[in-house]
Amino acid sequence: MPKYLLLKHYRGGPEPHRAVPPMDQWAPEDVEAHLAFLRHVAEVLEERGEYVGAQALVPARTWVRYSGPDAAPVTTDGPHPETSDLVAGWYMIDVESHERALEVAAFVSGGPGPGGEPMYEWIDVREIMG
Amino acid sequence: MLRVDEGELRALVPRVLAGLVRRGEDFDAAEDALQEALLDALRVWPEHPPDNPRAWLAAVAMRRLIDARRSEAARRGREEVLPEPVATTESGDDTLFLLFCCCHPDLTPATQVALTLRAVGGLSTREIADAFFVPEATMAQRISRAKRSLRDRRLDEPGDLAVVLRVLYLVYTTGHGGRLDLAAEAIRLARQLTLATDEPEARGLLALMLLSHARLPARLDSDGRIVTLDRQDRSRWNTREIAEGVRVLQSALAEQRPGRYQIEAAIAALHDDAATAAETDWPQILAWYDDLVALTADPVRQDPAAVLGRAVAVGHVLGAAAGLRETERLREVLGDRHRWHAVRGHLHELDGDPVAAGTAYAEAARRATDVAERDHLVRQAARVRADQPRSSAGSV
Repeated sequence: MPKYLLLKHYRGGPEPHRAVPPMDQWAPEDVEAHLAFLRHVAEVLEERGEYVGAQALVPARTWVRYSGPDAAPVTTDGPHPETSDLVAGWYMIDVESHERALEVAAFVSGGPGPGGEPMYEWIDVREIMG
Repeated sequence: MLRVDEGELRALVPRVLAGLVRRGEDFDAAEDALQEALLDALRVWPEHPPDNPRAWLAAVAMRRLIDARRSEAARRGREEVLPEPVATTESGDDTLFLLFCCCHPDLTPATQVALTLRAVGGLSTREIADAFFVPEATMAQRISRAKRSLRDRRLDEPGDLAVVLRVLYLVYTTGHGGRLDLAAEAIRLARQLTLATDEPEARGLLALMLLSHARLPARLDSDGRIVTLDRQDRSRWNTREIAEGVRVLQSALAEQRPGRYQIEAAIAALHDDAATAAETDWPQILAWYDDLVALTADPVRQDPAAVLGRAVAVGHVLGAAAGLRETERLREVLGDRHRWHAVRGHLHELDGDPVAAGTAYAEAARRATDVAERDHLVRQAARVRADQPRSSAGSV
């Protein structure tokens, strides 16, 4: 069974199908519906025996590189162009097929946004090498 | 067939281990041998319960040590070398002695915690790994590196109780969520510590843990959402733990040697004592915070968490604007932490300024390092923004 990462992004990816403001600007009931949906996704995946893990990332990012044997690492906290990809988190799933991975990703993408309408969020689907 | 009481078994761990180390055995080897003896006990005791469990464990661990030494000697083709018997003073309690070993100031905090849980708490490497969400092999490596680094240290000198208290508090605060209840484990260890030392701060720490653990049943709702202190269902607080915490705290305060844990416990006790959030005795809480920040010469840098807690109390006693002014002093030190923004959100709300509160909560959410906390802060932002006349959603 292949494993996949379903990556969610804070920014980056194809042109959004629906522009959605940050969740802290939604109506409280829409926030609740979305968070309940996230719990539901994990439950569904666990029930089907497809869940491996899920993790969220803090948005702050630091780029680091080696800078010589006796030097401290070189870091940069930005500024980064607003268009650069920023991963928000992922589901790791273990599924029968590539088709099933796409199906799960589409399910995740359709979670409720403002007004209870689907988010139509782009999900980045990546197969994990065995 | 008898079921082995694992709690009782684990309670024996520090005494048996301390006995071996005091006899001059290497801490590292002794700890390994004892872990094996514990596994033997779980296997053998159901059929053959020992008359004296402690003596049984000590004897089996000793045999394991000798076996290990023989095979090591054989491997090196040398005579078996018995350790030099060390003149040991039996002064001081075994638990305290072992806590000083595990909380050796040369070890990093993460290592002190792991070693304490294994050598004093008697937990298995697997259980500790689960509690910290790391692979078992990683935790095993962390523990064995820690034990190796203790090898050349003198372990017969009195350690630093302040470090032990900090380590136990760290165990407590990392303690919710995993399969293993580390908070309960920390309370168990702190209780053992209070039997080993009269130091009032040890009792202060135990009281602080009990008084905040008592509120744990009300901290999450049925959907796992965080419920803040002012909205908690206080009927769900554990009154038995509160009563014990208050009793322990009073006996510590009677010594007239206050310290940070006693003061924090006193603040927790005042919260626990209020039947409703509105009845909270904020002036008293502020007085305790004044004592807390007075413990350090430069509280803004040395104890910013205390200054932040005090700012909340100031907000409730002298008004939200005064509280917000207090938080300003911390901007440079804590301005990038979610808690600073969350406190300001709370104070702006108290001040009747939902716009500023929403912004502060959103800033806090962006910096949160825990999913439950992030979700909570997003909800707070959405809630206060919903209370104000709604601008069209999606603008901004």
